Amino acid sequence: MNVLFHIGHYFQLLGEVFSKPERFSIYWKRTVEEMDLLGVKSLGIVALLSVFMGAVITIQTKSNIDSPLIQSWVVGFAARQSSILEFSPTIISLILAGKVGSNIAAEIGSMRVKEQIDALDIMGVNSAGYLILPKIVASILMNPFLVIISMFLSIFGGWMAGIGTGIISSDDYLQGIQTSFNPYHVTYALIKTVVFAIIITTVSAYQGYYTQGGTREVGISSTQAVVYSNVVILIANYALTQLLLI
Amino acid sequence: MIEVVGISKRFGKTQVLTDINAVFEKGKVNQIIGKSGSGKSVLCKCIVGLFVPEEGKVLYDGRSFHELEKEQKRELRQEIGMLFQSSALFDSLTVMENVLFPLRMFATMPESEMHDRAELCLKRVDIVDKGHLFPSEISGGMQKRVGIARAIAMNPKYLFVDEPNSGLDPQTSIVIDSLISELTAEYETTTIMITHDMNSVMEGGDNILFIHEGRAWWKGTRDEMLESDNKELNDFIFASGLMRKVKAASGH
Repeated sequence: MNVLFHIGHYFQLLGEVFSKPERFSIYWKRTVEEMDLLGVKSLGIVALLSVFMGAVITIQTKSNIDSPLIQSWVVGFAARQSSILEFSPTIISLILAGKVGSNIAAEIGSMRVKEQIDALDIMGVNSAGYLILPKIVASILMNPFLVIISMFLSIFGGWMAGIGTGIISSDDYLQGIQTSFNPYHVTYALIKTVVFAIIITTVSAYQGYYTQGGTREVGISSTQAVVYSNVVILIANYALTQLLLI
Repeated sequence: MIEVVGISKRFGKTQVLTDINAVFEKGKVNQIIGKSGSGKSVLCKCIVGLFVPEEGKVLYDGRSFHELEKEQKRELRQEIGMLFQSSALFDSLTVMENVLFPLRMFATMPESEMHDRAELCLKRVDIVDKGHLFPSEISGGMQKRVGIARAIAMNPKYLFVDEPNSGLDPQTSIVIDSLISELTAEYETTTIMITHDMNSVMEGGDNILFIHEGRAWWKGTRDEMLESDNKELNDFIFASGLMRKVKAASGH
């Protein structure tokens, strides 16, 4: 019953979020600010994770398929497929749910407990739209860029680890990452990324928007935002994979 | 003028407000007083539309707020200014940007005129030189002034003030109270002030509504309040030694 209540409440909030903005110029300015805050400022962690994950994928793949029957380029192929299909869109989104999701819930939750959302409502501003819509648009625009960068860096990290440790030659790795490339897999990854971006921003904003109490409750909302975003991302990941790949 | 007709509000099984009727006059500071937990803030939130009452109406110059369409409510809200207990300034915006906020959102004038208007409002509350600072960089009293400047930026017809003196020293409280009284007269607003501070009541209250246990227990002017023989009202207003001395000195 409680779950149904929250689902209904969540979609009610989305109805408010997607109602007509009061001033497009103000919403756009806020969207650009959010693109910087949620997107550009996440670039560092995304880059770091991607390089190391690509490196680990390469080393683990090589150590697990070290057989004379399997050609060396398969390591590059596996690193590319893992990065494009799953690691970059899903793992990076889970990381962003932690970083960006907690930020969104804490920011909106603090505004709620400090009566700033009430102040917006009393002025006649659609507080849900003003606070949440720019975050959704910013994430939809920025997360695909982050994921594309992550794909490149992950594959690059794999190449560096392969060459650095001497477990694979550069030629074999490059052959592997070019073998049987299916551009649709990138499309699939980007579709997932956009869906995950919507999940992260809306679930976290929902948690923040309905915070009641004080700073302790803001902390709880922030934690719940990360947990629920992750759970919904994992469910959506399964559903989208079945829908788009089978 | 704001009229409250038969407002009742409950949270779960707890009845917070019961059949409140009141008229808040234009150009006057109408104060809602009462003990903590008496329901005065809930009443205020029902009037401004943050809470929906189970029963009753709130009439803004005859317009029943809770019966209006969503868009009409938003339009009416642009006629409302509110100073919150916590000031509720936007942390990420400077003082000037806070005052500009409602103008940028709704006013149709050019940006330069908006700046002029915001400066005028800041000047009116005597804080024009702090426009470039963020709310966290100014004192609580100054934050209240900025809150007032933001509340009057759109030239409101209705001004709500929630516990304006909480956390302020007596001197600053008097300045804020005087400012609210002056602005009410200047802009001819219907001002509703929520307070439990008797200094505020003595400084600036024109009409007073005393809320006790969620009911409109007593209504009248400040002078009538001092002469009232209502037990609960007297218990509230003469709780402090200072007020008992005021009563003794005035010979009531």
